Amino acid sequence: MELAVIWFVAIAVLWIGFFLLEGFDFGVGVLLPFMGKRHSVDRRVAINAIGPVWDANEVWMITAVGAMFAAFPAWYASAFSGFYVPVLLILLALIVRGVAFEYRHKRDSDQWRDWWDRAIFVGSAVPAFLWGLIFANFVRGVAMDADHIVTASLLDLFNPYALLGGVMTLSLFTLHGAVFLTLKTDGPVRGRARTASQWSAWTAVPAVAVFLLWTQAAHGAAWTLPLVLIAVAALVGGVAAARFRREGWSFLATAVTIVLTFTALLGSLFPNVLPSTTDPAFSLTVANASSADYTLTLMTWVAVVFLPLVLGYQAWSYWVFRKRVTGEQITGATVTAGRGEPDQAA
Amino acid sequence: MEALDLARWQFGITTIYHFLFVPLTIGLSFIVAVLQTFWYRTGRHEYLQATQFFGKLFLINFAMGVVTGIVQEFQFGMNWSEYSRFVGDVFGAPLAMEALLAFFLESTFIGLWIFGWHRLPRGVHLACIWIVAVATNLSAYFILAANAWMRRPVGYEINPETGRAELNDIWAVLSNDQAWSTYLHTVSAAFVTAGLFVVAVSAYKLWRNTRYDDTGEVGVVPPKRDFALFRATLRTGLVVTLVAGALTVFSGDHQAKLAAEYEPMKLAAAEALWDTEEGAAFSAFAVGDTEARYNPIDVTVPNVLSFLATGHFDGEVHGMNNLQEAYEELYGPGDYMPNVFVVYWSFRLMMGFGMFGIAVAAAGLWLTRGRERLPRTPWFYYAAFAALPAALLANIFGWVLTEMGRQPWTVHGELLTAASVSPGVSLGTVAMSLSLFTALYGILFAVEVGLLWKYIKKGPSHVVPDLENDEDESEIPHFSY
Repeated sequence: MELAVIWFVAIAVLWIGFFLLEGFDFGVGVLLPFMGKRHSVDRRVAINAIGPVWDANEVWMITAVGAMFAAFPAWYASAFSGFYVPVLLILLALIVRGVAFEYRHKRDSDQWRDWWDRAIFVGSAVPAFLWGLIFANFVRGVAMDADHIVTASLLDLFNPYALLGGVMTLSLFTLHGAVFLTLKTDGPVRGRARTASQWSAWTAVPAVAVFLLWTQAAHGAAWTLPLVLIAVAALVGGVAAARFRREGWSFLATAVTIVLTFTALLGSLFPNVLPSTTDPAFSLTVANASSADYTLTLMTWVAVVFLPLVLGYQAWSYWVFRKRVTGEQITGATVTAGRGEPDQAA
Repeated sequence: MEALDLARWQFGITTIYHFLFVPLTIGLSFIVAVLQTFWYRTGRHEYLQATQFFGKLFLINFAMGVVTGIVQEFQFGMNWSEYSRFVGDVFGAPLAMEALLAFFLESTFIGLWIFGWHRLPRGVHLACIWIVAVATNLSAYFILAANAWMRRPVGYEINPETGRAELNDIWAVLSNDQAWSTYLHTVSAAFVTAGLFVVAVSAYKLWRNTRYDDTGEVGVVPPKRDFALFRATLRTGLVVTLVAGALTVFSGDHQAKLAAEYEPMKLAAAEALWDTEEGAAFSAFAVGDTEARYNPIDVTVPNVLSFLATGHFDGEVHGMNNLQEAYEELYGPGDYMPNVFVVYWSFRLMMGFGMFGIAVAAAGLWLTRGRERLPRTPWFYYAAFAALPAALLANIFGWVLTEMGRQPWTVHGELLTAASVSPGVSLGTVAMSLSLFTALYGILFAVEVGLLWKYIKKGPSHVVPDLENDEDESEIPHFSY
């Protein structure tokens, strides 16, 4: 296989890793307002369930973007200058979100916590929606000239297919996050998360199914069809498993859905990386957007040596924090649902 | 006004803002790791308190460093797409390596450190903060190697078909003398900054606990435990600052020599040297006329510039007029001079603020020599408070010098800044993003300073409440969200 193809696969793996991992912490952020009353210990439980891992999850995105820069500079350049406004909104959202996790509990004031809770909600919902919109546009293609400069206007990016892509990721990540909370928490949060997994399914299942079938019909290859079908089936199975309190199976199922959804999506994109709707001849492809062999070989060695190591210590960190998070663990006292925050050292 | 101008402003603002937090992260991760090691080895409660107190401050700062760093990675694509297309092959590689080798380590182990108190064995937990400290330094090396490549491009060739720079020797990029010298200079400056942060905080806590009696003598009446704690951290901060300060001066001198070799125009502008001279003088204060290209007022120290640039008092230093002529011959007509006013003054401000910080550290070490001695004059405390912003300003002006001195090039001799900007991005779009970033950064800066201030005022007893009850609380995480 050609190096450029290997790197397309590697970048796909990094993005899929990002959506799989940060997907659930985005989902937890979106669900935060529904996981407990304002200022309640329950909200802290939800946040602490993702506390040790969200930052490392986000690095999957940073690595994916870095790898795009190194392996496909033209893709990186055209995509991020062409999708300027959505990317800008994602950055602003991630800034307030990251700070919110660290700062939310650093001051004992209800108003203070309210603001950071909003920041966590918006900071999670906006990227969860916009990454779906951006990836849908990758597959659909954008107006782009012969110099690979995207000429599409902002409104062009918000086409029906891409909007559905955004709804798909937002609802799927919300469901994934709800399932994660049923797996990682106990007490009232777990009950609410189970309820959330059921009602978020009402949007997630049709959105994933319609979006994937649309993708398959418009851009799909023969080999992506089974992926699409398994992805939808896994999602339905995951929702059912959550209903019957089989949290582990349920999380596995939503994880499978995310992996297969993006595999099908990026598989439909290949061998393009950014198709041009102006003229197919102007499209950026794996062949014409990639770096030279030296860089790709070097990057391959670096990835082969270090990616297993990364997977190893990340898996270890999930193992260290494998216990369910409860209100008692956080405050050291028995707490009941919705009770206000006890005054204590931050 | 063009999109190019605003894109440059945005790069300047987001990068400088990011770099307010990075030096503290680099240095403080190390200092916190050292304090925790002291605790691990001695079991003394004040070291635990110091670790957790400065650990809290470190985390407040760390969060800002992380989130502002994300912007850096995306804005090359957003605002500088032609640059990215041209150099992705070379510049992207260290960036991707930074993410894979350093950011994953840093983010995973900071999570383990924050949430791992009482959950991990003590030795393993200690290892976590050390891994964070090492990863932070590793990340600094990769990004500085990428930056150094822009100032001295090596290990690449231009592909005549695509017109792109293609990497052919990664080792040349990573062992670039600009890279390791810049790393040494930047990281030692980061340790100076973090050292002075610890000094300023410790000095404040000691100063709050001192009372002046009628004779003007300082009598210390703090609780005994906090006194020992902050005297120890004050000394630690002073030692770190002084050692790192010496390295900063040494590596800064080396940086000047490298500039003379690879970026003579930057050095000439930093010295407002218009014409090539042998035995060139160091300019202490100049008022220049950039139109007529001479300095009506110039207070100089003879031969010192030649010595700084070449190691010989009568060495030849190129002047801007001569370099301009040479570059026009080499690269065609154009203005190859950076903004002399900005470069000249940022050089002086960098040195001035930096030297002030180092001098405060030297004075502090002298004043705290012996057992239990504290500075007895208020001026030392005022100087210690002022040294922290001075260090931050020195960092900022250092980067202004580095980046503005490279103009009009983004990649020296290969790619002009004007040719690097994204052609498809409008003025309005950049204006919007510039104002949104600036506004958000302004708000977050106030929030961060407010939080740091709150925790500094409350002090360590607030963070680690009670000595006696420490064991009872072992199940409650001291660090959680």
